[in-house]
Amino acid sequence: MSTAPETSAAYLIRGAAIGGGDRTDLLVRDGIIAETGTGVSASGAEVIDADGLVALPGLVDLHTHLREPGREDAETVETGSRAAALGGYTAVHAMANSSPVADTAGVVEQVFTLGQKAGWTDVRPVGAVTVGLAGERLAELGAMADSRARVRVFSDDGMCVHDPILMRRALEYVKAFDGVIAQHAQEPRLTDGAQMNEGAVSAVLGMTGWPAVAEESIIARDVLLAQHVDSRLHVCHVSTAGSVEIIRWAKQRGIKVTAEVTPHHLWLTDELVRSYDPVYKVNPPLRTDEDVKALRAGLADGTIDIVGTDHAPHPSEAKECEWAQAAMGMTGLETALSVVQHTMVESGLVGWDDVARVMSTAPAGIGQLAGHGQPLETGSAANITLVDPAARWQVDPQRMATKGRNSPFAGRELPGRVVATFYRGHPTVLDGALNTPLTSEGA
Amino acid sequence: MNTSGTVSPQSSRVVLAEADIDRALTRIAHEILESNKGSKDLVLLGIPRRGFPLARRLAAKIEAADGSVKADDITGQLDVTMFRDDLKRQPTRAPLPTQLPSSGIDDKVVVLVDDVLYSGRTIRAALDALVDLGRPRIVRLAVLVDRGHRELPIRADHVGKNLPTSSVEKVRVRLAETDARDGAPVNEVVIEDWSA
Amino acid sequence: MRHLLSTEDLDKAEAIRILDTAEEMAAVSEREVKKLPVLRGRTVVNLFFEDSTRTRISFEAAAKRLSADVINFAAKGSSVSKGESLKDTAQTLEAMGADAVVIRHWASGAPARLATSDWIDAAVVNAGDGTHEHPTQALLDAFTMRRNWARVNGTGSAGTDLAGMKVAVVGDVLHSRVARSNLWLLRTLGADVTLVAPPTLLPVGVEHWPCTVSYDLDETLAGGPDAVMMLRVQGERMNAAFFPSTREYSRRWGFDDRRLAALDAAGAKETIIMHPGPMNRGLEISAAAADSPRSTVLQQVRNGVSVRMAALYLLLSGDSTPAAPTQEATR
Repeated sequence: MSTAPETSAAYLIRGAAIGGGDRTDLLVRDGIIAETGTGVSASGAEVIDADGLVALPGLVDLHTHLREPGREDAETVETGSRAAALGGYTAVHAMANSSPVADTAGVVEQVFTLGQKAGWTDVRPVGAVTVGLAGERLAELGAMADSRARVRVFSDDGMCVHDPILMRRALEYVKAFDGVIAQHAQEPRLTDGAQMNEGAVSAVLGMTGWPAVAEESIIARDVLLAQHVDSRLHVCHVSTAGSVEIIRWAKQRGIKVTAEVTPHHLWLTDELVRSYDPVYKVNPPLRTDEDVKALRAGLADGTIDIVGTDHAPHPSEAKECEWAQAAMGMTGLETALSVVQHTMVESGLVGWDDVARVMSTAPAGIGQLAGHGQPLETGSAANITLVDPAARWQVDPQRMATKGRNSPFAGRELPGRVVATFYRGHPTVLDGALNTPLTSEGA
Repeated sequence: MNTSGTVSPQSSRVVLAEADIDRALTRIAHEILESNKGSKDLVLLGIPRRGFPLARRLAAKIEAADGSVKADDITGQLDVTMFRDDLKRQPTRAPLPTQLPSSGIDDKVVVLVDDVLYSGRTIRAALDALVDLGRPRIVRLAVLVDRGHRELPIRADHVGKNLPTSSVEKVRVRLAETDARDGAPVNEVVIEDWSA
Repeated sequence: MRHLLSTEDLDKAEAIRILDTAEEMAAVSEREVKKLPVLRGRTVVNLFFEDSTRTRISFEAAAKRLSADVINFAAKGSSVSKGESLKDTAQTLEAMGADAVVIRHWASGAPARLATSDWIDAAVVNAGDGTHEHPTQALLDAFTMRRNWARVNGTGSAGTDLAGMKVAVVGDVLHSRVARSNLWLLRTLGADVTLVAPPTLLPVGVEHWPCTVSYDLDETLAGGPDAVMMLRVQGERMNAAFFPSTREYSRRWGFDDRRLAALDAAGAKETIIMHPGPMNRGLEISAAAADSPRSTVLQQVRNGVSVRMAALYLLLSGDSTPAAPTQEATR
C-alpha cells in the first residue's frame, strides 16, 4: 500500500470506534469524509481494518517547536512534521522562537511554506508578540495575521510578556483580527537563575528554585487584564495547582481564558531531578505530585482546555552536560497521545471523546483553524487519527522521527499506538509507520 | 570476613586444642627469651587480627618467666593493610590501628607475631610497614601455625606447630579474644577440607 | 563505595568506616615517614571548575601521601572555558587513565552527572558542587567533632558516632553546600542539628529537613550547643537583598565577642567553634572567637587531609567489582 500514494485514492476505514463510541465505517475520498455508517460499500476504496481501533479527529498541537529557521541541527519543519504525523497530528502550531524570530510576515510565511512543502501536517506559525521576543515593543501582529500564514495565535513562548502595559496592549490589539495571546507565564525576577521547581527537592539538591508563584502571579494578572480589555487569553503549559485554581476562578467569572497542559506535566514530578539528568530539565519545571493531580483534575473538568506538547527538540550536546548548562525542553509529539491515554484515560478521568476534545477540537478552536477538530461526520475534512488503545510500546528516542533524543519517557512502556493518520484524506501514517506526504499538487 | 552462609566444608578436624595452643605459646615464649638472651629490648608486634592477642599472650608468658618486663610495655599491634600487594583483588578493607609500645622500635628486637604463616605475603607487607615506622636492630617472626606453601623467601624463627596442608584445605585459628563458637569463646586450630 | 558524591546517601556504617580509616591516616600523618604505598601507580585528577586553592591542596596532599600520581586540571581558563564540554573533558581524562577524579564545580550535580554518565570509569569524588554538597568537608567536620565529643565523654573516638551531640550551624544555609552535607551526615551519626539563619538565607523546603530551624542565635547559644559551626557569608549576598547590611547581619547572626563572652559566662566550657574557612573575620566570626581555644579551625584543616586520604583509599584500594565471596586472606 505504501507504493500507491495516489492522492485521489479512496480509503474505507472499517469498524473504527469514533471517539471510543460505536463502531462505524468511514469512507475517505477527495479529502473529505464522503460517507459514514455501517456496512459502507468498499467500491474500489482501499479497506483499512479498524477493528478495535479508536478514531479521533486529527490531533492539533497548539504548542510545537520546529526550530526552523535557525536551529536546523535541532529540528526542521520536515523532521518535526514527520514526528507530528507519527504522533497522530494533522496540524501543529510552530512557536515563534526560531532564529530569526517569527516576528514578521516574511518569517511566518517562510515557515508556513516549509510546512506545505513537507506535506505531513498543517504547519501554522505562531507569531511573536514582541519584536525579537525582547518584551519591549509589539511586533507587526496585523501583518502576520494578514499574511498567507494567517497567524491567529501570538506568543513570546520561552519568554514571558512580563511588562503589564505591553501585555495589555497586545491583548487589546489582537481583537482586531480575533487573535489570541498565548502567554508563557513566568515572572522573570522571581525566576532569575531558576533551575527547577522550588520546594523540598530543590532545597536538598541545592538548585535555584522556580517558585509556583512566579507562574501564578502572571496568570492572575493576565486574566484580570483580559477581563478588563475583554480579550482572549491563552495560558501555555500550566504547571501548578495554584494556576489551575486561578483559571477556574477566572472561567467562573466569564473571563475569556483558555489553558493548556503538557503531557509531561500530567505525569512527571521534580523527584526525577534527583538524578541530575538534564532530560528532565524543562520550562516550566516539573512540579510536585500534588500539582500533577490538580492538573489532571483540571483537564478532566474542563478548567484546562487542551493538551499541548511543548515539543522542544535539542541536539544531544545541549543535554549531555551539567544540569545548569543544559537547555530546557523535552520532545513530545510522538509520545503525547500515549501519555494522555496513560494519565487520563486509563486512570478513568476522561473518555476518548474527551481526548478528541482536548487534543483536537479545542486546540483547533483556539487557533481558529479551519478544517481541523471537526466531528467525524459526512462532509468533514478527512483529518483522522486511528489509535490502537490495546497496543503497548517501549519508548526509544533513537527510533523517533524527531531529531531530538531528549524524551523524558525513554525506556518507559506506554499504552496506545497511532496506527494511521489521515491528513486531508491522505494517509501520512499507515500501519504505525510513515507512509508518504501529501503532495502539494494533490492538496 | 568469612561469608560462611550455607556452604560448609567437606570435613573439619581439630589439630590444636586449647591446651595445645597454650603449650605451644609457652614454648615459643621461652625460645624467644633464649634466643634474645633475656627480655632486653624485646618488642612483640601482633599482626591483626589474631596476631595481636597471640602477642599479648606471649608477652604475658615472658613477663611471668622473666619478671623484669611488663607485658603491656613490650606489646604492640602492627597493621599491614596498606602495604599488602593484593588490595586490588580484595574488597576494600578498612585499616586497623597500629600501636607501638612507648619505647618505639628503633634499635629494638622486634618479634612479629601472627597466627598462620602461609604464602609469606603478609610478613612481606609487615616488613615494609615496619621500615616506615623505625629501624629495629633485629626482626624475628613467631607464628602459631606454619602450613607451608610459601610464595616468598620468608621463614619463621618460632613455630607453634608445622602443619602440612593441601591448598584446598583451610586453617582456622579461633581465639577467645577474637572468636566465639555458638556464643562461647573458644581456643582451637581447625583444618577444614574444602575439596569439592 | 564506588564514588563519594554526597553525604545524603552515606549510611552510618560507611560514614563510621571513613572516619575510623581517617583516624589511621591521621596517625600516619604524625609519623616521620608520612607516606603510604597504597595508591602507587594510580592517578588522581583534581578537576577544578572553580577556584579553591585550599581544597585542591588538601586533596593533593592526601593523594600524594598515599603515593598516587596527581594531575591538577584547573578548568578555569583552559579549553573548558573555551566551550569544551564536561563530557569532552571527562573523556580526555579517561583516555589519560585517571583512576579517580576529584571534581569541584560551580554547578550543583556536576559530580553526579560525571559519575552516572558513561563518559568515564574513574571513581568520582565530589569536592564541592554548586550549592549542593561538599561531602569531604562534612566528613572532616564530623571527624573533628567526634574527636572532641569523645574527649568530652572520656572515650576513644574509633567506632563511635555523635549520638546526643548538639550542633548549631549558623549563617547562609541557602547557598551552603557545607551546611547541607553537614546536616545529612550529622543526622546519620545521631547528632541534633539546629540551623540558625536569617529567613532569607534558608531554602524553601527546609521545613522537611531533619533539624530545628531558628532565626535567633542567642536563643540557640543559650541552649548550650556542643559545637557551633559558622558558615561563610558572601558580601555580594547583601546586594541581592538577602539582608540589609553586613553590620546588621553580624549583629544578629555573627559570632562576636559578646556571644563568646556569653558562652564563657554560661560555663559552656567544652563548646567548640567551627568554621569551614576561609573566614570573614568581623563578619560572621570575630577575631577573638576565631583565635580562641574553642576554635577548631586549624584542626579542621589538618583533619581534612586525613579524611581525604581515607576517602581516596576506600574508593581506590579495593576490588571495585561487586563483592565476590572472600577467601581467607592469603597469609
